[in-house]
Amino acid sequence: MANAPALTAETIVAISPGAMLRRRIFGHYGLLFGLSVLALVVAAAVFAPLLADHNPYTQDLFARMKPPFWMAGWDPDHLLGTDQLGRDYLARLLYGARISLLIGIVTALISGMIGTALGVAAGYFGGKVDLVVTFLINVRLAMPVVLVALAIVALFGGSLQIVILVLGFLLWDRFAVVMRSSVMQIRGLEYVNAARAIGCSTTRIVLSEIMPNVVNNLIVVMTLEMAHAILLEAALSFLGLGVQPPTPSWGLMISEGKEMMLFQPWLITIPGVALFLLVLAINLLGDGLRDVTAPEAKG
Amino acid sequence: MLAFALKRLGLAVLVTFTVSVISFSLLHLSGDPAAAIAGENATAADIAAINRQFGFDRPLTVQYTDWLWKALHGDFGESYYFKMPVADLISDRLSITMLLGVCSISFALLTAVPLGVAAAVRPNSLIDRTALFLSVAGQAMPSFWFGLIMIVVFSIKFRLLPPSGSETWRHFIMPTVVLGYYAMPAIMRLTRAGMLEVLNADYIRTARAKGAGAGRVLFKHALRNAIVPVVSLSAVQMGFMLGGSIVVEAIFALHGAGYLAWESISRHDLPTVQALILIFSCFYILFTLLSDLANAWLDPRIRVG
Repeated sequence: MANAPALTAETIVAISPGAMLRRRIFGHYGLLFGLSVLALVVAAAVFAPLLADHNPYTQDLFARMKPPFWMAGWDPDHLLGTDQLGRDYLARLLYGARISLLIGIVTALISGMIGTALGVAAGYFGGKVDLVVTFLINVRLAMPVVLVALAIVALFGGSLQIVILVLGFLLWDRFAVVMRSSVMQIRGLEYVNAARAIGCSTTRIVLSEIMPNVVNNLIVVMTLEMAHAILLEAALSFLGLGVQPPTPSWGLMISEGKEMMLFQPWLITIPGVALFLLVLAINLLGDGLRDVTAPEAKG
Repeated sequence: MLAFALKRLGLAVLVTFTVSVISFSLLHLSGDPAAAIAGENATAADIAAINRQFGFDRPLTVQYTDWLWKALHGDFGESYYFKMPVADLISDRLSITMLLGVCSISFALLTAVPLGVAAAVRPNSLIDRTALFLSVAGQAMPSFWFGLIMIVVFSIKFRLLPPSGSETWRHFIMPTVVLGYYAMPAIMRLTRAGMLEVLNADYIRTARAKGAGAGRVLFKHALRNAIVPVVSLSAVQMGFMLGGSIVVEAIFALHGAGYLAWESISRHDLPTVQALILIFSCFYILFTLLSDLANAWLDPRIRVG
């Protein structure tokens, strides 16, 4: 302590809010890790056609089950090897990132809209509206997600659109719960009352007074639900009732590699690790955003 | 307390009813059940015959009330695929899923609660970081992939555990770990947060000041209060787990109700799927009802609020 500089006006210069936020972000390793991995996956998905030398659907029956680069006998033409049908595993992995991200983002948008509408209405109006929404949340929570999603996808026939729609209409519960309680906390605050007193319409109060103050929570839930949707899609596709072959979905790749996992465990390790890292990154990003935007809630 | 219990029970019944209406309409509106049963090469006449035989040509409300009336009497119809009463089919399989559920939640509690307590006692220590790592990894781990990796390692590499089946207790070890690990992160985090909060409370300082031993303070005074929310979370997790057992049972070929769900969904066996959705929902509703009642009994403030 003896060497610590004396506290003078110069050493305690006021830190601007922006600088404080930057400091919190760059001091949060989980957030940084999540952001970097997610950025890598997004880049892989966007630039998949440039990064992959092969078409993910092209079969080559003369080059089946080539091992990846860390095993003996690998082919420099196929860095991550090839699958049972001789399709380039790296290309499938890169194009698979597109499927996972698409599912995560669109599902979170659909369920986010449903859940936010319900949650904000319940939190803002209270009373009977709240009773109805709480009841709907209870009903939704009581429905076994995997079972219902599997059943509907099986009946409609699996396709990317159907999986996204089904998950979007099933995963809105956390949005509704979080939005309801966040809106309840601020609906009685002075600035909301003031807006009401000067005669703002309900739409205006909700959009310009309430929403900006709950949007942090909304973004956090959105990341968590994105991760949830990606995991669920993988599980549905793994069970054969999600996205259908030959689409390069990571869950489907694991399912196809399962038959061969006794001899070629890397067939399930590679897409599994990719899935794990992507979900881990999104979750860490969500947790990090919560810590950074609401440091008082850290725990 | 009685008024609260009755109100809560009424809500549970209403939720169950709504779930049954929604799942029934979803299953009957999303595709043509007759076409699904008849298969790909069926003619229009085949489909019409199936419609008559199973009563799909009646209005949906009539079909629903008929189904509900029978379901209330324990008759869920006959399975299209297994050709036996759905009620018998499910009751045969349910015991395995229940056993798996109880084992998994016990595994989750027995690992998560001690870890959460240890992490709260020494925040930012090695054990806290390990616990945090385990919970973050657990939330991101696809359970079906974790199951496959366990099979590769423990059944194939080391030949310690059987990869599939449900004959002996050893068949349940890997499914229990996979399903339990799924519930662990949430329980661990809640225990840790609850303990951190309680350990800073005045009555803990009082207990320490009057000379109570460290172990006594930790378990008798602190954990008892921190565990209350964990009990309700465990009830919710247990409900989710029974629903999630479908993936785990499919990987380990554990022939329980989850496996049955997968089989019957793949085969468009509507009566079985319908009954399973209702039964899994009922379990969730029952667990949360019991935990709400237990909490209201423990904490009078909930009854009034």
